[in-house]
Amino acid sequence: MSAPVAAARPPVTVDDRDRVAPPRPRDLTLPLVALGLGAAVAAALVGLLVGPIRLPVGAVVGALVDRLPGAEVAHGLDAASTTILFEIRWPRVILGLAVGALLSGSGAAYQGVFRNPLADPYLLGVAAGAGLGATLAIVTGTASLAGGFALPAAAFVGAVLAVLATAGLSLRRGRPSGPAALILAGVAVAALLAAVQTYLLQRHADSLRAVYGWLLGRLSTVGWAEVRLVLPVLIVTAVVLVLAAGRIDVLAVGDEEATTLGVRPGPTRAAILAVASLATATAVAVSGLIGFVGLIVPHGVRLIAGTGNRRVVPLSMLFGAAFLTLADVAARTVQAPAELPIGVITAFVGAPAFLLILRSQQGRA
Amino acid sequence: MSAVVVRGLGVTIDGAVVLRDVDLDVAGGTWLGVLGPNGAGKTTLVRALSGTVRHAGTVAIGGDVDRRPAARARRLAVVPQTPVIPPGITAFEYVLLGRTPHQGLRLSASLDDRRRSLGVLQRLELERFASRDLGTLSGGERQRVVLARALVSDAPVLVLDEPTAALDLGHQFGILELLAELQRERGLTIVATLHDLAMAGQFGDRLAVLSEGRLVAEGTPAEVLTPATIGRWWGVDATTTVDADGRVDVTVRRRAADGAGRATTPTSGPEGRRSGSVVARGEGFEPPAA
Ligand SMILES: Nc1ncnc2c1ncn2[C@@H]1O[C@H](COP(=O)(O)OP(=O)(O)O)[C@@H](O)[C@H]1O
Ligand SMILES: [Mg+2]
Repeated sequence: MSAPVAAARPPVTVDDRDRVAPPRPRDLTLPLVALGLGAAVAAALVGLLVGPIRLPVGAVVGALVDRLPGAEVAHGLDAASTTILFEIRWPRVILGLAVGALLSGSGAAYQGVFRNPLADPYLLGVAAGAGLGATLAIVTGTASLAGGFALPAAAFVGAVLAVLATAGLSLRRGRPSGPAALILAGVAVAALLAAVQTYLLQRHADSLRAVYGWLLGRLSTVGWAEVRLVLPVLIVTAVVLVLAAGRIDVLAVGDEEATTLGVRPGPTRAAILAVASLATATAVAVSGLIGFVGLIVPHGVRLIAGTGNRRVVPLSMLFGAAFLTLADVAARTVQAPAELPIGVITAFVGAPAFLLILRSQQGRA
Repeated sequence: MSAVVVRGLGVTIDGAVVLRDVDLDVAGGTWLGVLGPNGAGKTTLVRALSGTVRHAGTVAIGGDVDRRPAARARRLAVVPQTPVIPPGITAFEYVLLGRTPHQGLRLSASLDDRRRSLGVLQRLELERFASRDLGTLSGGERQRVVLARALVSDAPVLVLDEPTAALDLGHQFGILELLAELQRERGLTIVATLHDLAMAGQFGDRLAVLSEGRLVAEGTPAEVLTPATIGRWWGVDATTTVDADGRVDVTVRRRAADGAGRATTPTSGPEGRRSGSVVARGEGFEPPAA
């Protein structure tokens, strides 16, 4: 076989280093982040304004500004309304923002690390562990100890232990193995813990209502104490996940190529999953099992912002915060004065939204 | 100075010896073509050079034996045989990944990283694909984007595993010519595995032949590609002509259908199973993988 000479492409001799700086590809990150921030602020305002007692917009905004250090604004809210605003609605809105951001951010991280768009933050046993922990606390009657903090503490411990068990089971000869082993171990741990939980409920049928009330998620019984627990975790999670988002992008090309790009896949994956799991465990401990948020919010974000995790992770946190806050508003108004579990709202909105997203993606592929 | 120095390289996977006792020297700024039939250990050699497989012996890249990923990635860039293309990634985002060895944890890629990525896309005449979904590009276009990701790392050594395997003849030449230009422009040291003898005869300053995990020949194309060596290691009949530039034209032809070829098939290594099977399948010459 003698070789034909290639004539397909003329040689280019200009080195790119000699050229003037090429134009930047359009980067929509900042506008989108601004949009997400705006959505979160707007959702927070709605959360503050809507409720059984109407608070006027101007007065609420005035009272909020008045709270800022150095600002003096006459807002005209009476004492009772001020209490409702700052002791009931404000902590609840903050908690909704935080839980939404934690669940959506860790959902985006899980999906990136596992290279699976269906991975959700409950994948590694967080939900089953928290569920069992909460069930144990409720059926043993210890849930109300420590000023009611025994319940979230039990859920948190259960969630963390479950993830540790999953991680331990997935080890091969003491070393971390691939994501598939983790997922399988998570399925096994979740099944086992769910079985134990079902057995406990069978034995304590009187606790069914309390347990299911917790399982379906709620932001209702909160004051500032929960917020103080959650905010440090939110800050750590936001900083770590946003900074590590570029590494999640690198993991997307698989372990071998990630290594040739200078990233150690095992430790990187472990660190990101540890933070995302801690975030999820914290969210679950204070709000119960709120489904679908960690799945649909990142998916929706990818539809508008593409797949790069440097955009998807921060935007998921912002839009997740807005989404959960609005879902909570719906939970407390749809059947007012009764409250629906927020998990019912997120699933009711989330399942159809998820289907729509899947269909639109099939259309594009 | 040698840009790549390999001494006593051995790789054992699940008890099977895949590479044994390989010594190699690649001078800076030169192109080494690594030949060998399927299963000879070419990909394993690439993995050993890039530090993704456990091995005995030493691999020094630019005089540095540090095989930690962060250190190795700055000295050596890899174009894998079958790159993983993340769903939905744009060509620009993919090329930007090549800057990872120079990035710490940060909010977003730096302006410098973006400029370099776009510069390489322009150099490879790919800028019109910058915001295209990489999965929607043709095989030849995609292969150049993968090459762009390797180039943007500015690593002095470029290792490519069968860079032409999925391409038609014209695109095979296109990629290899491009590599030759880049080698001249940037003084790159190139190690490229190839299984196509005709291509190997046209490109590369030196050639090495792997057979059954051993390095069985190393030299100029004219030294390595002769009818005798091709018969010995690939088990096919070939004629070769060497031109003034030292390039080798390799012509292979089918053996007679009466099985005579089989009877005369020389063996390659101690066991000699693989070279025999090439002829037994009647292919004569390995086509590029589909
Ligand atoms: N991960 C692995 N597990 C078992 N055997 C392997 C593995 N990787 C490579 N091998 C074996 O090593 C030999 C060389 O493989 P490879 O380096 O891929 O060859 P080439 O790239 O030359 O076709 C083959 O026999 C292959 O089956
Ligand atoms: Mg190979």
